[in-house]
Amino acid sequence: MSVYTRHSTKLAMVLAAFALVGTTLLALTYSATRDNIAASEKKAKLALIAQILPSALYDNDIIRDAVEQPPVVELGTTEPTLVYRALKDGKPVAAVLEIIAPDGYAGKIKLLIAIKVNGEVSGVRVVVHKETPGLGDYIEIARSNWIKTFDGTSLDKNESKEWKVKKDGGQFDYMTGATITPRAVIKAVHKALVWFSPNREKIFPFPVQTQD
Amino acid sequence: MSDVNYKEIIWNGLWKNNAGIVTLLGLCPLLAVSTTVVNGVGLGLATVLVMAFSNGIVSLARNWIPREIRIPVYILIIAVLVTIIDLSMNAFVQPLYLVLGIFVPLIVVNCNVLGRAEAFASKNPVFPSIVDGFMVGMGLTLILAVLGGMREILGKGTLLSGINLAFGESAKAWVITVIPDYHGFLLAVLPPGAFIGLGLLIAGKNWLDQRKAARAEPLQTSQAATAAA
Repeated sequence: MSVYTRHSTKLAMVLAAFALVGTTLLALTYSATRDNIAASEKKAKLALIAQILPSALYDNDIIRDAVEQPPVVELGTTEPTLVYRALKDGKPVAAVLEIIAPDGYAGKIKLLIAIKVNGEVSGVRVVVHKETPGLGDYIEIARSNWIKTFDGTSLDKNESKEWKVKKDGGQFDYMTGATITPRAVIKAVHKALVWFSPNREKIFPFPVQTQD
Repeated sequence: MSDVNYKEIIWNGLWKNNAGIVTLLGLCPLLAVSTTVVNGVGLGLATVLVMAFSNGIVSLARNWIPREIRIPVYILIIAVLVTIIDLSMNAFVQPLYLVLGIFVPLIVVNCNVLGRAEAFASKNPVFPSIVDGFMVGMGLTLILAVLGGMREILGKGTLLSGINLAFGESAKAWVITVIPDYHGFLLAVLPPGAFIGLGLLIAGKNWLDQRKAARAEPLQTSQAATAAA
């Protein structure tokens, strides 16, 4: 072995050792924090549900009455998610779905949407996103009321071509400088509504009676 | 360790080699996030935290890092550290994470952290390195706050908007409306406004420095002027 090979091998070993220590630390931190992070995300989710679906509308324990939904392409989900079912006097009122807008400016935007059985949006909130602070983050309720523009929309009331930002000929406001973010959210909500109407019988364990 | 000049470290970090307006490192998050005072200070404080830690750890490990591979090792250390801080904040100090959390991952791409690891922490003992990281971060925070303030006043006509994210709903009353009934000036909020604002800050600092230099050496300056004429 030449002196150079020996030297390079030594450097590679040192780098590998640092990588190993780093990875180990990360793995340890991840497992030490996973439960806490999951718990706090769940708590935040419950607070969110209360925002998008008034608790007066249902009388069941919505957190316990949740079913697991396998990944659905239309909802953007790649892992099983929970569908929360709201019932009043045993009759379906609304479903709360976890959906993902895959094409945000900085990756996935996790959303929570409450859809009434008649297909009307009760409310939408952003759960997790990585959009640019100060620009794309107006989709958060803490930053602006933009996300409330979905309240009361439905496939019946709003045609397909209206499900766009105003710049693209649709009906939704946006902020200049950040149009990719609202586009992604609008698309995800629209797709969720399209998916919901033929699938609501599967979500609720019994026939769904709607006004139509 | 007695030869460490803390006064100089502090002066370098806050003014002479200020990360935001002199070394111009880490411009990407600086320009993107300085839309308001609250955003700017949020990123600044997250940077202070990461830089103090990363300088400390790089300094601790400096004798085990071979020269040839020092850069990849620093990047590794910083990335691991930022991820650990991000996860730990999310798990154990949720309220702080909700405020600073989105800024922490931005710091991975901040070359200030790497720059100080290379320029200072790799050659100095642990404690001065931590002070250096802290002070450089504070210098950046200062610029972020000023730039954020300039852009917020011009762009939105307010100061401290979004402070309720850090201190709860009651803090909404702290928001100062500088210009009432303001319709906003988009340029200031968009990235070009950040570049222009930063340019003005750099010019301002250079002007102050030049004025100081001119006062300190009036004789030489006048001689130089005569020679030039």
